[in-house]
Amino acid sequence: MKNQIPVVLLACGSFNPITNMHLRLFEVARDHLHQTGKYQVIEGIISPVNDKYKKKDLVVARHRVAMARLALQTSDWIRVDAWESEQPQWMETVKVLRHHHSELLLRSQSQTEGPGDKAFSPAPAAVPKLKLLCGADVLKTFQTPNLWKDAHIQEIVEKFGLVCADRAGHNPEQYILESPILQRYQHNIHLARDPMKNNISATYVRYALGQGQSVKYLLPDAVIAYIKDHKLYTKNSSWAGKSTQRNEEKTS
Amino acid sequence: MENSEKTEVVLLACGSFNPITNMHLRLFELAKDYMNGTGKYRVIKGIISPVGDAYKKKGLIPAHHRVIMAELATKNSKWVEVDTWESLQNEWIETAKVLRHHQEKLEASNCGNQQDSPTLKRPGQKRKWTEQRQDFSQMTSRELKTKGMPEVKLLCGADLLESFGVPNLWKSEDIARIVGDYGLICITRAGNDAQKFIYESDVLWKHRSNIHLVNEWITNDISSTKIRRALRRGQSIRYLVPDLVQEYIEKHNLYSSESEDRNAGVILAPLQKNTAKAKP
Repeated sequence: MKNQIPVVLLACGSFNPITNMHLRLFEVARDHLHQTGKYQVIEGIISPVNDKYKKKDLVVARHRVAMARLALQTSDWIRVDAWESEQPQWMETVKVLRHHHSELLLRSQSQTEGPGDKAFSPAPAAVPKLKLLCGADVLKTFQTPNLWKDAHIQEIVEKFGLVCADRAGHNPEQYILESPILQRYQHNIHLARDPMKNNISATYVRYALGQGQSVKYLLPDAVIAYIKDHKLYTKNSSWAGKSTQRNEEKTS
Repeated sequence: MENSEKTEVVLLACGSFNPITNMHLRLFELAKDYMNGTGKYRVIKGIISPVGDAYKKKGLIPAHHRVIMAELATKNSKWVEVDTWESLQNEWIETAKVLRHHQEKLEASNCGNQQDSPTLKRPGQKRKWTEQRQDFSQMTSRELKTKGMPEVKLLCGADLLESFGVPNLWKSEDIARIVGDYGLICITRAGNDAQKFIYESDVLWKHRSNIHLVNEWITNDISSTKIRRALRRGQSIRYLVPDLVQEYIEKHNLYSSESEDRNAGVILAPLQKNTAKAKP
């Protein structure tokens, strides 16, 4: 439709492993933005965090990227992007947003300049808006001292924008009221209501896998098969993960 | 404990499955893990039994669609299958009767299977088996259960357990039969009132050892009603139902405001049946 602003949604996180809840986040956000009538969501990007994030029980990025790729093989609009995970260092979310923003600029420039593209888009395509997609729990972490820089929070909500899906036990409206920065850029924060909330935490999934319990229907079958094939998240995998990480540091 | 000492269990889930969701499928996984984890049971099969059209529930689409969706949803399950017997009956069938049907079917097929079992074809064992078989035929179904027959148990969510309290929805003798003769595996949310509900019902309390409450740690807000609502509003149901089910729904345009009006104003079959009986 004309006059609709194209939007790309970016989700950052561990995806350790990716679950149906992560995938739902995208669906709920897209429905919400479309129902405003103002936006057209053209792409979703999943960006698994770098191994240097050093979170407990984080399996190596290669596996997390592969699992996300398997989970998304049946989606026609969400893709995984390994750029963040391939960097030599962990980086702040705002830097990941900047990277993808410049990629979008490059892409739209080459599209408008490229020959033969006129057949596809007769009108000059607007540069899509890049928005950070997250659960309401992430809004709460903005309040955690020393976790986020205020300048970064401001850049995220001012320059980019936030699409936030509600989560059981979280009150995003309250989090916005409690933060002067979020309040100031409220117009750039979209709260998407999820009619069918679930809280499939990856932590629970790892625990259940360690106990040998079924996680079927909580994550795509292809991801479960990958976890089994590579013996991820078995009881001792946190140790295995750590040693693998150390080895990679030595070789790099 | 050796596998042979464990009681084999078949889980039966009755319901509309209008449409089947990932939540229904999770119930089976949770129940199986729980039962196997007790060390006393071994879950060998799960059965999904969609209700017949004569149930007359509002918004209930024809059984053949609901059966196909359940079949698509269980295509990738090694142990859960769909049974159409209940959905093919002309009249609405009480859940206690569906349980009885499956228990009898299981016992019949189990006798047949054991006869065909290759281990019994070894010389010297054949006669022993024939003797056993004669014993079996003289036993009542209750005794058969204790002799290693699989037991059918009803799998449900907390909503079904609590519906036992709705007037005229269930016959009290049926409730007694379900919990007494078969058993119930009920998936509940932590902090749910299921325990209190059992305590406050004499018949449930009496058979409480036959009622297994399984905690669901992951809040799962998916319901078929909400799925149908989302579909009417053009919202995504992806990752809430299996992909094949979603494709089937879209291909046949199964849920709309028209389909939601099916059976509107019609009294639910169990209420019709049980209210009529209660009248003098």
